Amino acid sequence: MARTALPGRLTWQLARVVELVDETARSKSIVLELPDWPGHSAGQHVDVRLTAEDGYQAQRSYSIASSPEDEHLVLTVERLEDGEVSPYLVDELRTGDEVELRGPIGGYFAWEASLGGPLLLIAGGSGIVPFRSMLRHWAAGERDTMARLVYSSRAIGEVIYREELMRLATEDGVELHITLTREWPDDWQGHRGRVGRTLLEEVAWPPAAHPLIYACGPSGFVEAVAEALVAAGHEPGRIRTERFGPTGT
Amino acid sequence: MSPISRGFTGRRRPVADPGRVPPGQYVTDDFPVLSAGPTPHTPLDEWSFTINGAVEGPVSWRWEEFIALPAETITVDIHCVTKWSKLDTSWRGVSVDTLLADVETEADYLTASSDGGYTTNLALEDATDGRAWVAYEYGGEPLHPEHGGPARLLVPHLYFWKSAKWVRGLTLTPDDEPGFWETYGYHNRGDPWLEQRYQGD
Amino acid sequence: MDALDGNSIAGELFEHFGAEMTSSPGTCAYCGASALVGELRVYSRAPGAVVRCPSCANVVIVLVRIRDGLRVDASAFRGL
Repeated sequence: MARTALPGRLTWQLARVVELVDETARSKSIVLELPDWPGHSAGQHVDVRLTAEDGYQAQRSYSIASSPEDEHLVLTVERLEDGEVSPYLVDELRTGDEVELRGPIGGYFAWEASLGGPLLLIAGGSGIVPFRSMLRHWAAGERDTMARLVYSSRAIGEVIYREELMRLATEDGVELHITLTREWPDDWQGHRGRVGRTLLEEVAWPPAAHPLIYACGPSGFVEAVAEALVAAGHEPGRIRTERFGPTGT
Repeated sequence: MSPISRGFTGRRRPVADPGRVPPGQYVTDDFPVLSAGPTPHTPLDEWSFTINGAVEGPVSWRWEEFIALPAETITVDIHCVTKWSKLDTSWRGVSVDTLLADVETEADYLTASSDGGYTTNLALEDATDGRAWVAYEYGGEPLHPEHGGPARLLVPHLYFWKSAKWVRGLTLTPDDEPGFWETYGYHNRGDPWLEQRYQGD
Repeated sequence: MDALDGNSIAGELFEHFGAEMTSSPGTCAYCGASALVGELRVYSRAPGAVVRCPSCANVVIVLVRIRDGLRVDASAFRGL
């Protein structure tokens, strides 16, 4: 079972920012230190809460980008155009600042080696974040199961963790499929176009292999991917989804 | 209280005329889409609006009949219980007074019902005397489904959860019967100027 | 309006039940379909969170925060 916060205790904690890492033009990784972090399972998330001077609060959820084996808790945040919290976290936050968060939560979307595989991860845009945690965790383990990532992004410059994903592919044996949907370099060797029935038939394991499938990204992306998987014959019970979308009012 | 997040202000803007903004609200330029469920898509040739319940005789209009009723264009401020307010919003619709003109009732309350099952309750006096409409245009355009189209209730002097999206009818009731959010603890009346957000406020 | 998954209210459910709930199974009181909490559809851009059965779309859980107190009605999601 996925590790969780201690039973009965999900308290807000103050996390200190120890490092900020630019990932892409719109996204940044935030490396955090906490006094009392119980550890987490790959795929879980935290709630982050910001408080303005007049007491106004805004709360959002962010997937944990670090693996259970990593030294620090890492979140990767993508700046949304009309966002309220993400522009603050990406543009304003400084090393030394403190951020209130609670977690880890969300055991439904967690993966650990005991759950088996073969593991098929399908990410759209910033949906890659929880899969970085899963793949790092997979690479740190026995690798009894195969791991395959299908990652859809609009352009090469928007692929988050690109170098790390290439290393996971060439050095650790993750089967990596990147598809670009809006524009691609002239010499692009990867896939082109959206993740749909056709691409999945090419890159996903057949239903007979009973893959354990995780899909994460914008609501519309996840919806389309889940439908295509079921239409292709995959069992709905082997498909776990995490939709990202606007929250807060 | 939580520690302050250095430099965080949120999306709020200061308002030129604070007298127009009820307590605890902030002004927004966009029009947030709030919803408790999937957007219904009732075809207009299947749409109708009905007034029933504690009335002498129920009345009903099909879409063609409804938009032929006398309508008004109004500009009002709207206030959501989730704390955003939007000023000077422009709507076109039929006044609830017009809809109730030939309805005989002794009821003091009504429940508005919508496609998808949403309900909200109102005192009749909060829905009459020029205080409420069934609106089918927003900003000069047909009301978009995500904002409640083809038609929604519009009761701008109360918190906006009372302005039921995808409204299909009003049921007159002798007693105040809590609707969806009211059942879960939101205020039966919801006057933003008295900050009546929750039962007991 | 696009719904999110049950995972999106993991924190609130933990607050209420005192434990991680997203992997918990339950049965829809309306159509009888079984689902894990993580598979439910959440509409949270609202005065509260409205959680619906992925099979029949009826409301199975409602969360509201009234004056900083969290109220959860999960009576239509049997077994939770």
